Amino acid sequence: MTPYILRRLAQGVPTLFLVVTLSFFLVRLAPGGPFDLERPLPAAAMENLRRVYGLDQPLPVQYGRYLAALARGDLGPSFSVRDLSVAELFARGLPVSMTLGGLALLVALGLGTALGALSALRRGSWLDHAVTTLGTFALTVPGFVVAPLLQIAFGLSLRWLPVGGWDDGNPKNLVLPVVTLALPQVAVIARLARAGLVEVFDRPHWRTLRALGLPPRILALHALRGAALPVVSYLGPAAAGLLTGSVVVETVFGLPGVGRYFVDGAVNRDYTLVLGTVVLIAVFVLVLNLVADLACALIDPRLRDVG
Amino acid sequence: MSMSAASAPAAFAEASLLARARRRLAGDRVARACAAILALVTLACLLGPFVTGHPYDRLYYDYPGTPPSLALYPRPDAVRPALDRLAFRMRVRAEDVSVTGDAVRLTLAADKPVDPRVLTFFSRSDIFGEAQILGRSEDGRRLAVEAPLRRLRFLAGTDALGRDLLTRTLVAGRLSLALGLMATAVALGIGVAYGALAGTLGGRVDAAMMRLVDILYSLPFVFFVIMLVVFFGRSVALIFVAVGAVEWLDMARIVRSEAQGIRRRDYVRAAEALGLTTAAILRRHVVPNLLGPVVAFAALMVPRVILLESFLSFLGLGVQEPATSWGVLIADGARSLETAPWMLVVPAAFLVATLLALTLLGERLRDALDPREGA
Repeated sequence: MTPYILRRLAQGVPTLFLVVTLSFFLVRLAPGGPFDLERPLPAAAMENLRRVYGLDQPLPVQYGRYLAALARGDLGPSFSVRDLSVAELFARGLPVSMTLGGLALLVALGLGTALGALSALRRGSWLDHAVTTLGTFALTVPGFVVAPLLQIAFGLSLRWLPVGGWDDGNPKNLVLPVVTLALPQVAVIARLARAGLVEVFDRPHWRTLRALGLPPRILALHALRGAALPVVSYLGPAAAGLLTGSVVVETVFGLPGVGRYFVDGAVNRDYTLVLGTVVLIAVFVLVLNLVADLACALIDPRLRDVG
Repeated sequence: MSMSAASAPAAFAEASLLARARRRLAGDRVARACAAILALVTLACLLGPFVTGHPYDRLYYDYPGTPPSLALYPRPDAVRPALDRLAFRMRVRAEDVSVTGDAVRLTLAADKPVDPRVLTFFSRSDIFGEAQILGRSEDGRRLAVEAPLRRLRFLAGTDALGRDLLTRTLVAGRLSLALGLMATAVALGIGVAYGALAGTLGGRVDAAMMRLVDILYSLPFVFFVIMLVVFFGRSVALIFVAVGAVEWLDMARIVRSEAQGIRRRDYVRAAEALGLTTAAILRRHVVPNLLGPVVAFAALMVPRVILLESFLSFLGLGVQEPATSWGVLIADGARSLETAPWMLVVPAAFLVATLLALTLLGERLRDALDPREGA
């Protein structure tokens, strides 16, 4: 098991390297720099700034330095948020994003599986149709529409929940962002779970189990095992996306997560912040895909020898 | 699901894939409804701005943040305060005001003689038209004036600057729809050519070509687009390129795997053994099999592209003022939730209706074009 995990992680290094390289040069190709202001700085001050941040070196040297620092786990200082390093920025933003994303993931998993199971059990019923239709809605209506509508409904009209803000993770502040994040995921997971269960129900081994008269609890376990595979392999990349924050949700609800870092970093030409975010996301994708694959192997023994 | 060849009516076996698909879609109520919605939205966006009677970038200073209504403006009770405001700016007093149908008569009174040139204030306002002098007193200190009321209707209300929201939403729709179609065409062109090439050439070239796709795939996709847009300007043309450049990957994969898979099928081998030419096999077996997934995927890509453009515009990275798209309008609406919720609801309704119709129609189209599905 351990060699397999190590090998998989090692396989991710070239991808990571490529992503970093491409992003590094793409960022540098852009016109403008991190210290360009409306009113230009005095030349001497600019020169000092560029020297402090190493921007006066030739580009290949900067690239080499960045890679060397990255190999040590150092993401460098932020260019736009003075006095803070990129790592410190992540340390502030990630707990927020991960709390929201993690909760959304839990909600999506629970609700999605339940709805998918219900519609699979009552195939063709009004409930099945309702779940399918609502799922299409949840998948189609974009988050930047859902979020403000939720604000109008529960924040401004009913006054049950705050319209935005983090407020040290006050549960009331979490509800609307988590709902916005979870909705499309619920729909996807419900679809996957339904399709997986329907497939299990059509299999001969399922008929045999039913014919044996096993108790519902055991039957449910067998059915869910079959339905879990597509859901789990979907969850890997989905979790990576959710845990690293959503630009839309954080913008609309005014939350201090990492989702905004990429856009802000790109707009401010904060090179290290943009690259740091790219690295962060790539690492999350890599690790969570691995976790999903391991979980799949745990669920389905047939997948165990493949690695 | 599938019908055995023997039991299928001979005429039906010959019916072309497209004819069958058309028949199946025509019999589908949801598909018909979606097509109708799309036709309506498209038509409204193309022709609507000429009908609403408002230029999309005209600022009505007297009507900022007007809620949607069928009523004609100005409201009767709004005429008097508007006159008083106008009179204040003309440094006169408005007296003997009487509203008669579509016009208002009044006397402008002042302590000094009234300069008739102040009447330009009337034509400059959004509430009144050009004023006519009916008569003036001997000393010139009283001026009898008639001004027509400018009748305006804001079906979907106005935004914070007093621009007609319906016109803006329809004009924005033009851009969103055009972007969706054109970026899809770009992605379709690149994807099909690349995928077909890789699938046909096979071997090492194929492996190398698909490896490149895998690499591009592993880049954080939305971020890639954001980076392109932020770093290389915010022109509309660039959004096409950025979106098209990212979306072709899926298409290339689909086309390649289909092209490869089909060529390995037994019936294609049988056709080869029977001595059919490659061109005939391509036309008879490969293209029909490829057509379904490609058309369906393209249909489903249009809503994705529209969504992506709206997302970029929502973040302020897409279309720039004075041009507008649904994403821009929704972003505006989200910022003025408390004072003008219609500014969110109207463009959002258009966007959601379009996305839903396109998605549902695309899914139906995919099923209808699947040659493996029965009639």
